[in-house]
Amino acid sequence: MRIGIVCPYTWNVPGGVQQHIRDLAEALIGFGHHVSVITPADDDADLPPYAVSAGRAVPVPYNGSVARLAFGFLSASRVRRWIHEGRFDVLHVHEPAAPSLGLLACWAADGPIVGTFHASYERSRVLSATAPILRSALEKITGRIAVSEAARTTLVEHLGGDAVLIPNGVATARYASAEPLPGWPGGGALGFLGRMDEPRKGLQVLLRAFEILGRERPELRLLVAGPGDTADVLARVPAELRSRVVVLGLVSEEDKVRAYHSVDVFVAPNIGGESFGIVLTEAMSAGAPILASDIEAFDRVLRGGRAGALFPAGDVGALAAAAGALLDDPARRARLSAEARAAVRAYDWSSVARDVVRVYETVTVDAGVVIAADREG
Amino acid sequence: MPDWIVDAVLSIALAIVLALYVSWRATRLDRLHVRVETARAALDAALVRRVAVTLELAASRLLDPATSLLLAAAAQRARTADADTREFAESDLSRALRAAVDQPGFAAGLDGRGDVRAELESAAAKVGYARNFYNDAVAQARTARRALLVRALRLAGRAPLPGFFEIDDAPPGR
Repeated sequence: MRIGIVCPYTWNVPGGVQQHIRDLAEALIGFGHHVSVITPADDDADLPPYAVSAGRAVPVPYNGSVARLAFGFLSASRVRRWIHEGRFDVLHVHEPAAPSLGLLACWAADGPIVGTFHASYERSRVLSATAPILRSALEKITGRIAVSEAARTTLVEHLGGDAVLIPNGVATARYASAEPLPGWPGGGALGFLGRMDEPRKGLQVLLRAFEILGRERPELRLLVAGPGDTADVLARVPAELRSRVVVLGLVSEEDKVRAYHSVDVFVAPNIGGESFGIVLTEAMSAGAPILASDIEAFDRVLRGGRAGALFPAGDVGALAAAAGALLDDPARRARLSAEARAAVRAYDWSSVARDVVRVYETVTVDAGVVIAADREG
Repeated sequence: MPDWIVDAVLSIALAIVLALYVSWRATRLDRLHVRVETARAALDAALVRRVAVTLELAASRLLDPATSLLLAAAAQRARTADADTREFAESDLSRALRAAVDQPGFAAGLDGRGDVRAELESAAAKVGYARNFYNDAVAQARTARRALLVRALRLAGRAPLPGFFEIDDAPPGR
């Protein structure tokens, strides 16, 4: 199948949408499809062979923040030419409601168009007010995908209509193997990854459990990584245990993977507010034995406790007891690790891309190829 | 210039703008109707495919005879249903597939024929996608046809008002 993918944001700037498109494109190419991605990019950007630049994106205020977007007649004519020359069986437009390449592509194309909606807003006056302008372009989308329930709700409330839910994938292979950080796990190690100063991530619960565990087990150490103030975290640990809490702060992607492989038990003590648990799926991909709070999202991802142990959210004593039991039972840790690696396959990009291909196959029945529209609107 | 010429020129300009606007609205409505038809064809194709895969599974001798009979009967009813009974028959097929696939030992019973299961899973998922896209197209076409201008000028012509397709399409194996 010839697939044209439209990326609305600058390729070389890190972002969730760009990462999604990169992983999807590579998974589709892996299936043997022909993929071309058009994207805004800086002039000196190093683009992969499947990506085409539509020129530079311009920083402009949009929806309460400054976004780098590609718009205007020059971008529109580049998109139109790319559509015309691509002879795609299906056009896959990302974030078509943003004033960037996605919207321009809907405008310039006729034929089977799939749209993926990423953003979710509590309430957006901008989105509601602009809905009539967007309507005629969005009406051309024949199959709509939302990446989360929140994104789907945003779509339904602001723009009307419905979408099928296909969540983000995890590039499990990226986490599968790595050298542990030097000196880890040593004589027993617990790990945490996430915003250190965000109470809902539950680091405070783990720190208090470590007070109990650290006193019982003189060898045990705690590895903490994520954005936030290092000194602030250490100040919350009693002085005699402080040398055994190692706070890495914000780490590189590579060190993050190594951190997952550096601990005996990875702890996800979140109190709530997590809809999917991307950190959890990364830890599962790395095969880390997991101990997580029993919030709904984690319970589902961990298959009700089979792919990782669960404890009552916020319960310091239960966390300490469960972590202690896991540290003393290497056989159970090995079982949980194997189960986690198997369970996370359902969230792998190859599964997600397979569902996306099903959407392509559905919208291309009797639909012909994508052509450049003879008149806009 | 006499006033009547100015008035005439303005009225003609206004008439042209109005005509262009009405023509654009008609084109848009036409495009929505085409989208409904394309989505309907995709939905029919997905439903037919699901019936075919179910019949193939029922005839494969991979399952016990009772399950095979159950699936074949549900697929046959879906295939022969008329417009009035189709939604019920397709819902029943969804339920029969769930009852068959979700029974303990189903995957083991297929005995290495993972391809049959993958095909069934794919066919069931596509029914869900196709129905979502079809109903989305229908909703937009119906909204567009409710507009005052469209009703007043009968821009929809004789195109029938498209109806939603409502079935239980929850896939098996979830």
